[in-house]
Amino acid sequence: MQRNAVRWGLLALFADGPKYGYQLRTEFDARTGGTWALNVGQLYTTLERLDRDGLVEAVGTNDEGRTIYAITDRGRTALAEWFATPVTDTERPRSELAIKLGMAAATAGVDVAAVVQAQRTESMRQMRDLTDLRRRADQQDDLAWLLLLDHLVFGLESEIRWLDHVEATVLRRRTRRPGPTPAGTRAAGQTSGTPAAGEPDATEAVR
Amino acid sequence: MSEVVLRFTDVCRTYRSGDTDVQALDGVSFEVEAGELVAVMGPSGSGKSTLLALAGGLDTPTRGAVEVSGVDLDGLDAAGLARLRRDRIGYVFQDLNLVTDLTAAENVALPRELAGLSARAARREAITALTRVGLGDLAQRFPDQLSGGQQQRVAIARALIGERRLLLADEPTGALDSQTGEAVLSVLRAQVEAGAAGVLVTHEPRYAGWADRTIFLRDGRLVDSTGPRRTPEQLLGGRA
Repeated sequence: MQRNAVRWGLLALFADGPKYGYQLRTEFDARTGGTWALNVGQLYTTLERLDRDGLVEAVGTNDEGRTIYAITDRGRTALAEWFATPVTDTERPRSELAIKLGMAAATAGVDVAAVVQAQRTESMRQMRDLTDLRRRADQQDDLAWLLLLDHLVFGLESEIRWLDHVEATVLRRRTRRPGPTPAGTRAAGQTSGTPAAGEPDATEAVR
Repeated sequence: MSEVVLRFTDVCRTYRSGDTDVQALDGVSFEVEAGELVAVMGPSGSGKSTLLALAGGLDTPTRGAVEVSGVDLDGLDAAGLARLRRDRIGYVFQDLNLVTDLTAAENVALPRELAGLSARAARREAITALTRVGLGDLAQRFPDQLSGGQQQRVAIARALIGERRLLLADEPTGALDSQTGEAVLSVLRAQVEAGAAGVLVTHEPRYAGWADRTIFLRDGRLVDSTGPRRTPEQLLGGRA
């Protein structure tokens, strides 16, 4: 999956003209904000495969003697197909976080709320740091990098919402007595966020 | 070390509800410095609104101290507290409280006129504040002639006018779409970077991400706080 992403990502870089190997690395870095550490070996292996498969071809050398490659018609067709095909992320169910919280919820004696909170704090910390980078990217008008950061921000946002869901679900189930009773239902309501009785609403008190 | 604008020291707030005491805040201590925006997150009923009301001098702690710019709010008489609220603290709440019979400029100028400024000087400040939030051209419109996002920005301009050292925002992005929500955060952020201290209550992780630090409340207690920033290499190297 990852190898494929690099392969297609590199091929996409040829869409706007011929390039030599090291140039690809620099551009790949710029468009992904360095999030994907691409080593030189991986770069050239991938480039050889693109060449072997007829998606790019050598079209000469530059002044420094570096081989310049260009995308072929076949490469353009394959790239268009890649853009048109949705990604089916086969790595998703293997998330360590999903496994950790699943195990925490099912293991007696684990304080799930504490596990969730530790993760929530860490996720919010990442959210802040990414938002910092995103604000800077926005000012620099760097579109590919901005959208990649947005991807991470939206991912974190859904992760944090999921953490809230995990906590509420576990608390609801743990407070539930054998055979649902009205009392059990009330306890669940409290843990999932009913406002404390008597707490004033600050919005009413302005000025 | 920057100046501490807001300081909570072991703050408790208990409400009487029927026969029982409800502990809305329980031993909360934290500080917000000038130039710092702090987000407050937690489920409904965790004490977020109580915290904001105490920070703004709209409520009094049962125990502990709330200080704004080094002044213990408990030591102020009603007039002193009113003056501090009017001159030093800016509030942006979800319920905008714009006066419908006044134009955007008049709404924004209102607190300055109440502070004793001439109508002319207050109006000049109001136009500056409205321009800062991108509404200089709409100063003569009435609230019902503005979109939700524009009304929200008028409320922010009103909160920012004058020498406000402390900005308190309760879900300031309300039901705004994400672009407008970001514009609101951007104005708040700019004001903080210009030297104010800000407290932002929100349930939206994406908006809390605009803060320098997020503190988490649960059942009235401060349970956690985000740590120092990481370098982009540490941040993205770990995720890639």
